[in-house]
Amino acid sequence: MSMDSLLLSFRLALCVSAILLVLAMPLAYWLAYSSWRGKFLVESIVALPLVLPPTVLGFYALIAMGPRGPLGKLWIALFGHGLAFTFTGLVIASILYSFPFAVQPLIASFESVDQRLLHASAILGAGKLRTFRRVILPLSLPGVITALVLSFAHTLGEFGVVLMVGGNLAGVTRTVSIDIYDRVQSLEYGAANRMAIILLVISFGVLAAVYAINRRVWTPWTAK
Amino acid sequence: MAAAACVFLAPRILAQEREIRVAAAADLKFAMTELAQQFEGQTHDKVSVTYGSSGNFFSQIQNGAPFDLFFSADIEYPKKLEAAGFAEPGTLYEYAVGKIVIWAPYQTPTDLKNQGWNALLSLAVQRIAIANPDHAPYGRAAVAAMQKAGVYEQARFRLVYGENIAQAAQFVQSGNAQIGIIAKSLALSPAMKDGEIWEIPADMYSPIEQGAIVLKSAKNKQGAQKFLDFLKSESGRRVLEKYGFALPNMPKANSAVPSRP
Repeated sequence: MSMDSLLLSFRLALCVSAILLVLAMPLAYWLAYSSWRGKFLVESIVALPLVLPPTVLGFYALIAMGPRGPLGKLWIALFGHGLAFTFTGLVIASILYSFPFAVQPLIASFESVDQRLLHASAILGAGKLRTFRRVILPLSLPGVITALVLSFAHTLGEFGVVLMVGGNLAGVTRTVSIDIYDRVQSLEYGAANRMAIILLVISFGVLAAVYAINRRVWTPWTAK
Repeated sequence: MAAAACVFLAPRILAQEREIRVAAAADLKFAMTELAQQFEGQTHDKVSVTYGSSGNFFSQIQNGAPFDLFFSADIEYPKKLEAAGFAEPGTLYEYAVGKIVIWAPYQTPTDLKNQGWNALLSLAVQRIAIANPDHAPYGRAAVAAMQKAGVYEQARFRLVYGENIAQAAQFVQSGNAQIGIIAKSLALSPAMKDGEIWEIPADMYSPIEQGAIVLKSAKNKQGAQKFLDFLKSESGRRVLEKYGFALPNMPKANSAVPSRP
């Protein structure tokens, strides 16, 4: 049985969740603490991938990455080739696809930090960045882990977008979900089943870890 | 309340008894639209078509997918369905033989007419779109033809795989791949008029024999048989021919596999 597709999916999910955390952190901070009235518009945009079908994302991603699309044009000018059918292209599409799964848990946990602690920190002379690093972030650790894990798991299970922009290249864009689909189509139910079970077990493990952390059944770090 | 709403909103399947539900291989996308239109004009029956890859339909039908008639790009699938008791015995009909062509949009700076196979290896080509050879007959034919032409070893690193032949066509049509090996029936469609076609000689790959069969679970067997008969008729054959299918040489009502007397 081929593990290539499974490993590729892991690589993709790791890249995406790591990049997403970096991108989502400042945005979530701003969404949690800004008092701008138009904030709801940004929140709606962030939540869009939750309700849009993957075909919409995949379709626009493919067009945008194509030689006539803005992203594709830029990429061709820089690197001499298009973005569709590349690992980088998948990473970009997956970042869009999993965006709300990183941002929303962060917002929720940032918002639940006691305001008095923030005020105390400010009164003691800490700047915003220092307050974020020393007060907000430690208290939001479950949210950070939830964001990381959910965006990882969601990317691992991605199918429609990859099908539309991937081109099914072994070791580059043939993720495990595509591989399973291919095996089913080729009537190799046994191989499909083995990969599907691995994915099922991993997904369950990941979700169980998140819920355990949130219910404080299990604390992988020591809170002081 | 909620249950009532669900019942109310559910698609009215029963309301259209005369509907013929067709599962059709992706290469039929444009030909089938025209076939269905002509047939509907003659009979007032309604044909509703679902397009997809033949292999996928094969699995779905074995698991109870509600179709009356199955058009497969690979005749092996309906043959297997018949053998396994999922189809009406004796209804198998080879309706066409598919052809493959090399297709490039005008933007790709190649000269297909003069270059032929070498166009695939041209510097302007980074990606070659074909259907997935693991389960799509057009993909298999494309690989076989490239091997026979001696370009496969160099071309294979440029290949991208469409889930079915229509997606392969869409990859080139959108410019994400610069060239593709696709079904002639798709290359001749209006959506792909802005490109150049080079026909691959038929002796370079085994014939892509396409077969249709009426399914055992069909709700509208009579309608399905009628539509199949229409395909065998002069007007039906003309549409298939127009979309670049080769027609199996046979008398009007009978296929290579004997059907009812």
